[in-house]
Amino acid sequence: MASGGNSGDARGSRALLRIGLGALGVAAFVALWDAAYVFNWAPRGTLPDPFAVPGALLAEWRNDRLLPAVGSSLVHYVWGLGVGTVLGFGVGLLSATSRVFDDAHYMLARILRPIPPLAWVVFAIAWFQVSHAGAAFVISIGVFWVNYFATAAGVRDVDPRYYELARAFGHGGFIKRVGSVTLPGAAPGILSGMRTGVGQAWMTLIAAELLGVPGMGQEMNAAAGVGAYDAVVVYMLAISLIYTLSDGVFALIEKRLLRWRP
Amino acid sequence: MLEVRDLAYRFPGAEAPVFEGLDFTIGAGEFVALVGGSGVGKSTVLRNVAGLIRPSSGKTASPQAAERGTRDTAFVFQDTRLLPWRRIRANVGYGLAGLGLSRSDKRARIDEVLTLIGMRDFGPRWPHAVSGGQAQRVGLARALAVHPRLLLMDEPFSAVDALTRQRLQDELLDIWRRLRMAVLFVTHDIAEAVYLADRVCVLRGAPAGIVFDEAVPAARPRRRNDPDLQAFAARVADHL
Ligand SMILES: Nc1ncnc2c1ncn2[C@@H]1O[C@H](COP(=O)(O)OP(=O)(O)OP(=O)(O)O)[C@@H](O)[C@H]1O
Ligand SMILES: [Mg+2]
Repeated sequence: MASGGNSGDARGSRALLRIGLGALGVAAFVALWDAAYVFNWAPRGTLPDPFAVPGALLAEWRNDRLLPAVGSSLVHYVWGLGVGTVLGFGVGLLSATSRVFDDAHYMLARILRPIPPLAWVVFAIAWFQVSHAGAAFVISIGVFWVNYFATAAGVRDVDPRYYELARAFGHGGFIKRVGSVTLPGAAPGILSGMRTGVGQAWMTLIAAELLGVPGMGQEMNAAAGVGAYDAVVVYMLAISLIYTLSDGVFALIEKRLLRWRP
Repeated sequence: MLEVRDLAYRFPGAEAPVFEGLDFTIGAGEFVALVGGSGVGKSTVLRNVAGLIRPSSGKTASPQAAERGTRDTAFVFQDTRLLPWRRIRANVGYGLAGLGLSRSDKRARIDEVLTLIGMRDFGPRWPHAVSGGQAQRVGLARALAVHPRLLLMDEPFSAVDALTRQRLQDELLDIWRRLRMAVLFVTHDIAEAVYLADRVCVLRGAPAGIVFDEAVPAARPRRRNDPDLQAFAARVADHL
């Protein structure tokens, strides 16, 4: 019991040390940044004062730019992520379970796969003009590929002995087999793909919005255009915060779904 | 209960069959052990009998159709093969889907077999949280839950320690005495075969055939060190 308490204490103080060092690391970075600002290491006027960022945040909030931009970005994000995830999962599952489908699409997939999502921006603008749908479209492409590969690999990696078990116990039909073996067996891979997509979507989102669709990317572009680099930093931090939140929520869901793992 | 006639199986792409010309029958409630060296084809025989693979020629047949709410055969795997994403209860009930059982019937079946293996309280656990011997019991319970008339067991106790193995053997005999299903028990452990079975068959050769098929000359309950059993085991060993 005493040793348990001791190791608990040790763990507790280790965690405190970690938080302390982490905070120190952030402080050191801000100090470096401030030095760069004070000694003009970057081209004049392009590096904001780190201590001006809170003020810039307040200003963006007051003039009612921050929240609408966040809201608009979230619309792109949710639609792009949702569509890309569902399609990527579906096509990945199909390619790993149907031989014919796999044969029919592998060449096409190999041709399309290397095209970066942002290369599609041209068509996004042509088809959807500068609109929410266009931004969501571009995002969904990157998310699609991530989920497609994760799902297909996860399904292919399911231990075939479980399929024999399924047949021996009356779960040989497609629906029962997929429901009782394929999906749960592939879930770790599928979910980690989905989680990668949650992050990946932010990467393309900002780039897609830089082209002028309302959202945080556009606000950043506009702020940079008038030299308000402190506002740019505000949006960067907002993205970081929203990503951390969405990843945290997804991690909880993942943990819950995979609680059978030791 | 089970009739195997002139059974042969060749893996796709293989030159020679694994075995050919197999003939044997298992009577209702009979406990038959199938013994043979590693790689001789024991598991392949079981998978044929279970209908998991199709014989290249010959046939395996049960004279009667399964009763409602049961499966004709059920399989116990050497590697337990519990689904790690299902709790113990759900693993035990895995074969009950599609048998036309109501929810409460299913629950009763699961309770019944969990009690039978002495693991009533383990229902809510995940498979990773039970020991190797317990996992093996759960695999047995999963098979028993479908009330099979023929239980197919593929070296079910070969991965546990000697003491646990003996305990599991005695538990199996006890369960068999109560339920009286037929059993086809694959093992390469002769002592295990002669202790458990009514009849021992030896599979040998390439392609393999049944080279020995005799009743165990000892009444039940048996003692492991019974001289008659040991003499019989020596004869089985001669044919291996
Ligand atoms: N998929 C396969 N394709 C071709 N040959 C196979 C395949 N699976 C097994 N074999 C061969 O068939 C033979 C019989 O295999 P089986 O698993 O039935 O042996 P076994 O008697 O159960 O052995 P063990 O006691 O080691 O479990 C072996 O020689 C094996 O190499
Ligand atoms: Mg085997």
